[in-house]
Amino acid sequence: MIFPFLKTLFLSLRRGPATRRYPRVVRTPFPGTRGHLVNDAGKCIFCGVCARRCPAGALVVTRTPAHWTLDPYRCIVCGYCVEVCPKKSLRMEPWHRRESGGARGQG
Amino acid sequence: MLHNVTEVSAESLRDTIAARFPQGYRFITLTCVDGGATWELLYHFDRNYELSHVRVRVPKGAVVPSISGIYACAALVENEVQDLFGVTFEGLTVNYERRFMLAVEAPLAPMVRTPVAQAAARAGEMRM
Amino acid sequence: MNNATTSTPRRTVIPFGPQHPVLPEPLHLRLVLEDEKVVEAQPAVGYIHRGIEKLAEVKDFQQNVFLLEHVCGICSFIHALAYCQGIEELMGVEVPARARYLRVVWSELNRLHSHLLWLGLLADAFGFESLFMQIWRARERVLDLEEQTAGARIMLSTCTIGGVRRDLSAEQVGQVLRGLDELEREFDMFVPVVIKDATVKERLCGVGVLTQRQAQELGAVGPVARASGIARDLRVTGYAAYGELGVNPVIETDGDCYARTLVRVRELYQSLLLLRKALRHMPDSPIAVAVKGKPEGEVVMRVEQPRGEVMYYLKANGTATLERVRVRTPTFANLPALLAILPGCELADVPVITLSIDPCVSCTER
Ligand code: SF4
Ligand code: SF4
Repeated sequence: MIFPFLKTLFLSLRRGPATRRYPRVVRTPFPGTRGHLVNDAGKCIFCGVCARRCPAGALVVTRTPAHWTLDPYRCIVCGYCVEVCPKKSLRMEPWHRRESGGARGQG
Repeated sequence: MLHNVTEVSAESLRDTIAARFPQGYRFITLTCVDGGATWELLYHFDRNYELSHVRVRVPKGAVVPSISGIYACAALVENEVQDLFGVTFEGLTVNYERRFMLAVEAPLAPMVRTPVAQAAARAGEMRM
Repeated sequence: MNNATTSTPRRTVIPFGPQHPVLPEPLHLRLVLEDEKVVEAQPAVGYIHRGIEKLAEVKDFQQNVFLLEHVCGICSFIHALAYCQGIEELMGVEVPARARYLRVVWSELNRLHSHLLWLGLLADAFGFESLFMQIWRARERVLDLEEQTAGARIMLSTCTIGGVRRDLSAEQVGQVLRGLDELEREFDMFVPVVIKDATVKERLCGVGVLTQRQAQELGAVGPVARASGIARDLRVTGYAAYGELGVNPVIETDGDCYARTLVRVRELYQSLLLLRKALRHMPDSPIAVAVKGKPEGEVVMRVEQPRGEVMYYLKANGTATLERVRVRTPTFANLPALLAILPGCELADVPVITLSIDPCVSCTER
């Protein structure tokens, strides 16, 4: 039992720790990660399709006044709204939101 | 679609299920569906990857015979149905008195569909 | 002096859980002890009942895919898969071949990370911290693969009715295959420790024996049943692309904690094999078909999760919302088996035995 672990030990010494010193070192997400939702407000026509389809009820869209609001605490970052938006106005950014209380959004 | 469904009455439920036990049927679970005025109970069985079901319809408020004396593993799911729907099982080997799946302060029979039915289920339970 | 009185030890009742250092799941067991021996165990759940089945009657059948994925924080994809397959059967949807292969890929990644999570927790339960770290480092690689391919570590959200929502490029397939090779090297380093080490064996061999007959009668599923010699693996029925890939259930016959560990360890390698096969032979086709109309009728769909068989009963009435969604998760089926093997064991073995069925209480309660 000692021997297989010796090999692991040497490998670990060579490779260094598997963890990072968060928050000083932040892990870069993979491209295509669903981190958080953004709306290119210029393209949005406030049709409300995204709000009706959202499984978590995280979106509220009103036509007059033209408002699109996301409740980040409700959003489960599923990306369904991105799929159904007729104007392709929504997209997912790979960075996750920062913990609440901190500055929101890195991307 | 569901195949191999046997419809039985509440009286013959225990006999039907007791006949299945020695034939190597595995009890998968019990599903309760709120059918308005009735409870629809579906007992799911498996043998060699083949599903079969036993369906019982009982009027709400009636007592359903428990099969936990035949399939010991059914006791947990019957307690769950008792909690979530307010169906009463008679002859449960382990009875949690409606506090298996739900906390003490949780509402009773939350899965019952209409508020009217919910009230009826509550009334049924008061009587007991 | 009087044997009759000294031979009936006093009974003690010990509450085990819901907060317990080795069990991150809120499972409460009421243990009746005689000395150090358990004579009776009674479970109490209900600490995290979330009413997902109820909510599923309110959301429409498309939204339910995302909701039901949240039944379990480990085998999320497989829950969505079971649900989607059920709806597809109701609506007569033919899923394209590539989507079926991709479903296997994500299912097996889920299985890999679930088994690694469990192995790590097991090592932690008997106090082998460094092994726990090694195993979880390997698990992190699987999570990375999931993020690379699906865009999230746990809630993959890639399954949809009629197919999958993401495709893999040839480059990504290569990345995953390379990742799997690395993973296998890591497995080869810690697996001998798990299965050969004397202290590990001491804690697992002969502990918590579930006989084949008990497993059958109590309706055990998954690795718990397979470790007692029952060849029950729903993947044999050939859903998704498992029919083309071929699955032979992993079986052990001893029925003790060690056998359950061996089954899961061997399934790690089985998953690697299935993943490689699926990735190499993935056919070219669209990844989803458009679904029109509303589901109607009743269906029961079963698939194999890391913990065993999950059953979905769906009842639809031709509207956008379903009349009833019922989920029977594998841990619910394995709880009676756990209660059968606990009596007669030592109190010190309770955590390991409880862990050996791989309990997932949050999905048990839904
Ligand atoms: S669906 Fe698209 S266009 Fe319509 S309100 Fe939502 S973001 Fe705007
Ligand atoms: S990502 Fe999902 S949960 Fe979040 S707003 Fe879009 S649809 Fe709603």
